[in-house]
Amino acid sequence: MRLKRTLASLLAATALSVAAPASAETTLRLLTWGSYAPENVVKLFEEKYPDIKVEVTFSNNEEMIAKLRATGGAGFDLAQPSHDRIYAAQLEYNIYKPLDMSKIDTSNMEATLLDGVKANTTIEGGVYAVPHQWGTSGLMADKTKAPEINGWDDLCDPAYKGRTSMRLKRTILLGTAFAMGEDPFAAYADLDKYQQILDQVAEKLITCKDNIKAYWKGGDDLSAMMLSGEIVASETWDSTAYRLFSENSNIVFVPPETGALAWIDTFALPRKGEADDAAYKWINFVLQPEIVKLMSASTGAIASIKGAKDLLPADKKAAVNAAFSDEDIANLKFFANIPPGVEDMEGKTLERIKAATGG
Amino acid sequence: MASNTGGDSVQHDLECSGVSKRFGSVQAVDDVSLEIPRGSFFSILGPSGCGKTTLMRMIAGFEEPDAGDIRIKGASVLGTLPNRRNVKMVFQHLALFPMMNVFENIAYGLRCAGVAKADIAPKVRAVLERVALPDVAEREIHQLSGGQKQRIAIARCMVLDPDVLLLDEPLGALDLKLREAMKIELKLLQHQFDTTFVYITHDQSEALVMSDNVAVMNDGRFEQVGAPQTLYHEPASAFVAGFVGDTNRWSGTVTKAGRGQVRAETASGLAMVCDARGGATPSAGDAVEIFVRPEFINVETGAGKSGRASATTNRLAGTVDSLLFNGANSRVLVRTEAGGLIEADVVLTGGTGDLRPGDDVRLTWSAKQTMCFAG
Amino acid sequence: MNKDIRRLTLILLFTPFALWIVLLIVIPHIGMFILSMREKVAPRVFEYGFGNYIEFANEPIYWNTLLRTGSMSLLVTAIALIIGFPVAYYIAKIAGNRTKGALFLICLIPLWVSDLIRAFGWILLLRETGVVSSSLQWLGLVDGPIEFLYNDVTVIMGLVYTVILFMIVPLVSTLDGMDNAMIEAGYNLGGNGFTVLRRIIVPYAMPGIVAGCIVVFMLTAGSYLTPILLGGKNSSWFTEQIYNQFITRYNWESGAAFGFLLLAFTSLVVWLGLKLSGQTLSSTVARS
Repeated sequence: MRLKRTLASLLAATALSVAAPASAETTLRLLTWGSYAPENVVKLFEEKYPDIKVEVTFSNNEEMIAKLRATGGAGFDLAQPSHDRIYAAQLEYNIYKPLDMSKIDTSNMEATLLDGVKANTTIEGGVYAVPHQWGTSGLMADKTKAPEINGWDDLCDPAYKGRTSMRLKRTILLGTAFAMGEDPFAAYADLDKYQQILDQVAEKLITCKDNIKAYWKGGDDLSAMMLSGEIVASETWDSTAYRLFSENSNIVFVPPETGALAWIDTFALPRKGEADDAAYKWINFVLQPEIVKLMSASTGAIASIKGAKDLLPADKKAAVNAAFSDEDIANLKFFANIPPGVEDMEGKTLERIKAATGG
Repeated sequence: MASNTGGDSVQHDLECSGVSKRFGSVQAVDDVSLEIPRGSFFSILGPSGCGKTTLMRMIAGFEEPDAGDIRIKGASVLGTLPNRRNVKMVFQHLALFPMMNVFENIAYGLRCAGVAKADIAPKVRAVLERVALPDVAEREIHQLSGGQKQRIAIARCMVLDPDVLLLDEPLGALDLKLREAMKIELKLLQHQFDTTFVYITHDQSEALVMSDNVAVMNDGRFEQVGAPQTLYHEPASAFVAGFVGDTNRWSGTVTKAGRGQVRAETASGLAMVCDARGGATPSAGDAVEIFVRPEFINVETGAGKSGRASATTNRLAGTVDSLLFNGANSRVLVRTEAGGLIEADVVLTGGTGDLRPGDDVRLTWSAKQTMCFAG
Repeated sequence: MNKDIRRLTLILLFTPFALWIVLLIVIPHIGMFILSMREKVAPRVFEYGFGNYIEFANEPIYWNTLLRTGSMSLLVTAIALIIGFPVAYYIAKIAGNRTKGALFLICLIPLWVSDLIRAFGWILLLRETGVVSSSLQWLGLVDGPIEFLYNDVTVIMGLVYTVILFMIVPLVSTLDGMDNAMIEAGYNLGGNGFTVLRRIIVPYAMPGIVAGCIVVFMLTAGSYLTPILLGGKNSSWFTEQIYNQFITRYNWESGAAFGFLLLAFTSLVVWLGLKLSGQTLSSTVARS
């Protein structure tokens, strides 16, 4: 008997010490992409708001959603998924909460981006996300060695056999679909049709396998392969291409002739976030032009405010100018909202391609 | 076995001539020669580190001698691999294979020798009967008692009909009672198999009880080779006299030399007449080591003086210090007037006539039994 | 009173272990199992059933990947054993006492570096413009650059390198416990080197061999980074499949089912291995 009581009190004491409040100041727990919270920006923010402490967790779209799903939207106060990852994720897993738009300074935001994101992420009248930065996925080529790279399917050109790469993720599925003359985003409305497109894409990419040196997995291995000349062309994020451009000006970003695929990384509030005010402060803070300058230098992406391109550092600006004409900008294809179930279909297709030993 | 004996000369099962082995700066075995006649029980007796194990490992083939020759049944085995020598070995901790049962342990050697499958089982059964363990074939090693393991280790070797069986202190790990029993059993087994046993030990009583011949080894050399009785009664060196059997031992100086006999005085002042052994008769002033075995000392009750030693008998007076009762092997420790202790065998019957501590006694022993060696 | 204290000691000693087992192993597995039995019928609507397992059985890509992972893990285990055994034998039986410690330490060094760094190390060495390829060209042994990366041989090599220590450690500890006299007795009774190895050393070391094989097989089948980073276009690994189900496809239900299938599959292989080698789990665990 006595024993039980001793144990119980021991346990209680432990529990108490764990549960004790950490400190009076607010902590802003940020779930974002690598390089989206550079140290100098965090430092300036903490100087401006001394009672807020910023904790950063770096992640990517899939892991952000997986993390929030695991906790039902707890553990973080601000997340930055891409605009196409809000709607379905919210419907299925209920991990975000609507924004209080009155607390966000939208006056300086690029109107088209803001409206686009709002349209994509409004559920039952609530707006769930606002834009932060945008960028594109497209192609990258070494002009001197692969001058003929213009479209997604050029990666499968036998002229570059064993000298091209791609990431085996949904971007290349969509890009290849566009290159085949389909509009996959339109087909989201008719999943049977979309499955047909995916089947054709899979066939094409399986025969293309032989042409590929390796599937890259992250910016680092892609950069290493490209800089060493082991590959001459690849599917890429534009920011990676810009970075390589500053090291070797022969390596340029090539918007595919069917249009580069554009994504917008957003701000969204996790459903059980505990520091909403701090989160709004962060949103407004990082969209100020002088902070955008610092941020873009770190991310290589363009902020969603007016005149953002001019806030890019000189070398990145040169890279963007070398890559995009106004026509290319007009031709951008923004990722459409992913309806429920599409991830599964795409995942299966990717597995089929990976497992196929042909080609 | 007798069929391959040459008609002209006695063939030895094992001969070593001038065998030497050096490990770095240590001369482990130094110019050792031995001949072991067919079917005898030969022991190599020596303190640990004397080189006996090295010698045995050279015979088994685990070490190659630096010099000398080893012959088994007349043929040199230098350069012959251990598994090609017909010399089998019982290891100190037996080295039975724990992952095999008794049958497999014994069959292992037969299988290695390529014995036909059908012949293996009868041979194993036969050897198990000879070691009087007919029913243990299917047992696991860990199910056997210490004595049974011993016999299985021997059976495992004997099933291969070795020319020589080497035994490396196999009784060391057994408790006293079992060790005493195994001594006798080993001797009987050796008779039964009629094979040459070479037995290595540091325990002189094991060597004396079992052996036909014993080599006493010290510092890599043989001090003396002979029958147990010879070693006991006619030791060739002070080392042998001290190592084989119990003995009283003094260091002394010769006071008067004679023919075969010398008069000596120990460091503590005991004077005695001794028989010069070990070949040389020391002259006056030489240092000597003096040995007297306890069983040769007579103890008489009654006070007396340490009389001068006569030509044939030594006499000493003393007091009983303590009694060491051990049945038939009981002893008494006598403190001499000079202060040292002397051990002597006595019979303690338990009656009123027995010695008690404090009794005055007279000790006498023959000069013939007082061995002295030039130091 | 005294009994009370002894019970308290026992409970206090046992509590961390029990908590660990229950909180970190039992409860998560129960949760995963329940998850694996859910079938998604609509957003936020689930039914219970074996659907996820049936889906696995119906999709050749999945079980092919599992079989591929299993067979390559077995190959890795075999190679690790073949390379690890002589190394362990040398460390345990031939090397002197001082060298023994040093050699053991050398075996441990790769563990000081994370999996990821080790894989990147291999990439630096083996890539087309990497150290090995350039050295070969410099030596004039080959004409053009050679790509050593992105194929199954590299994956197997990388995995063997990563796990071989877990083979060597239990082998050294069993072989260390083996009396040298046992080996000498093997020769003395007429065995040649091969017989002694096959009939005495290997059977004696069997618990260590089996323990090492189990650990290596489990680690290999459950490894993620090495096969992903070194693997080629066609090389899928089952853990990657599970990751994809959980993360890219948001399909936790079938990811959980896959997790259980991997657990069942590796347990089956281990069970078969124990049966074939005549060992029991307790004997191998106790010995190593």
